[in-house]
Amino acid sequence: MKKQRYERPLIKKLEDNMPNKFGMRKEYLPMTHIDDVSVKELIDQYGSPLFVISERKIRDNIRKAKTAFETRYPKVQFAWSYKTNYLNAVCNTFHQEGSWAEVVSEFEYDKAIHNGINGSKIIYNGPDKTEESIVKAINNSSLIHIDHLDEFYTIRDVAIRLNKIARVAIRVNMDTGIYPMWDRFGFNYENGQAWTALNKIMHSDVMNLVGLHTHIGTFMLSPNAYAVAAGKLADLAIGIRDRYKHEIEYIDMGGGFASMNKLRGSYLPGTDINPTINDFAEAITGALISSNFGPGKLPLLILETGRALIDDAAHLLGTVISNKRLSDGRRSTIIDIGVNLLFTSFWYEHNITPAQPFTQYSEDTVVYGPLCMNIDVLRENISLPLLNRGEHVVIQNVGAYNMTQWMQFITLRPRIVMIDMEGNPHVVRERESLERLLEFERMPDHLKDFKL
Amino acid sequence: MKIKQDVAVSDSGFVFNPTTGDSFSVNPIGMEIIKLMKEGKSMEEINKSVLENYNVEEKTIEKDLYDFIEMLGHYSLREENGQT
Ligand SMILES: Cc1ncc(COP(=O)(O)O)c(C=O)c1O
Repeated sequence: MKKQRYERPLIKKLEDNMPNKFGMRKEYLPMTHIDDVSVKELIDQYGSPLFVISERKIRDNIRKAKTAFETRYPKVQFAWSYKTNYLNAVCNTFHQEGSWAEVVSEFEYDKAIHNGINGSKIIYNGPDKTEESIVKAINNSSLIHIDHLDEFYTIRDVAIRLNKIARVAIRVNMDTGIYPMWDRFGFNYENGQAWTALNKIMHSDVMNLVGLHTHIGTFMLSPNAYAVAAGKLADLAIGIRDRYKHEIEYIDMGGGFASMNKLRGSYLPGTDINPTINDFAEAITGALISSNFGPGKLPLLILETGRALIDDAAHLLGTVISNKRLSDGRRSTIIDIGVNLLFTSFWYEHNITPAQPFTQYSEDTVVYGPLCMNIDVLRENISLPLLNRGEHVVIQNVGAYNMTQWMQFITLRPRIVMIDMEGNPHVVRERESLERLLEFERMPDHLKDFKL
Repeated sequence: MKIKQDVAVSDSGFVFNPTTGDSFSVNPIGMEIIKLMKEGKSMEEINKSVLENYNVEEKTIEKDLYDFIEMLGHYSLREENGQT
């Protein structure tokens, strides 16, 4: 007689009259394949845990985003937000799709140059632009978005020294009806700081004001906030035109569109409540078109969209280490993916999907990572099918910020593979090794030996 | 190790404890184990039966069975003085 597939015995109390907030989980299926490549084979070949990126999904996302804006507005340019995911393979996929680079540090600036991008297509944001990097940015005609007045003076001094004109914009922060307001970056619209900076730039001989920039927040759920922001930048642009007879070239609305992830504490999944890229496009382009730019005078619209273009293009594969019962009777499952790899588990309730078939039985489970640290919790409570040790899980929507904010902590960081348009996996980042990490360390002579 | 006499077990996967009024859902393998317990089978006999019928390693079933029986105790479905 053929033996049956094993599933651990489960007894679950039925809580009548108590709406089960986890009961909302739609019937879901195991995720056995990513872009037609078997999850099990990926893990067998490249190890566990493993990040898997879909090139097809990235291209699909950026093409859809471009269509959303280009069908509503005459001149649109996307710039890939490096910090969201600066793996070179990811950056180049976006560059092949026509995206410029948006960077926020000298390291990211150099990475964009290394990727072969023309300096004039690099947008340089952020509060910490080193003087050396400002030299490079001016020499390369990059778009420097000024964050504070100290930076204004540095840029001015460097430009004078180089005898070059710096192409600059200012970052503007403003009240868009969203709380908390991001007022730590750039110059405030309401209190007149923005105008002070603009006047200084317009009176400088070594600066060319080419644009206006804002980034109102991240994981924004309100398209209307973007309409407000676009309207305020348009007002500034028109004010500059009227006061100085100077037309700026572009308005850069930054990033921040929500991806389809589910924020912690939110009852409904992101796919049910988060606005789509079309909603954001409608809000922004509507506000620009209805402002007072003359016919044919609409500025180029730049978007620095990050997470909404990459989150759902990456998965994190892992393996069950153990199932354990906690003292209060709750079930817990330990997997080999920790918060060191999945930084976004501090903000999101990530979906965790088994990679092999399962029955309809499930158990409310705490999912822990492998770190010997109390903070290493991926999900406080998720209704999970009954997984056996050694079985695999897939965590979806992990493309944004994890592969940049991950930490080398307790364990080594794993490989990243990218599946190309034909379904072939490529390693795009090797796993870390002890040898590589030791290369950074130096041992003072007097500490070399010890006796125990 | 025994299930309380008055605990009702249905074929469709439900268990009812008349003393507390609690209902439980149980998966098929859990049902099998409860029925074996009701028949007064020992831990070893249950272990053996699962090993014969399912594709599972002994150390896994040993651990899971222990956990399951602990949960039966947690839900007050087990005879207090029964040996485990
Ligand atoms: C200036 C700037 N642009 C773009 C982005 C990308 O944002 P998001 O990933 O939310 O789209 C960020 C991220 O915070 C940012 O600071």
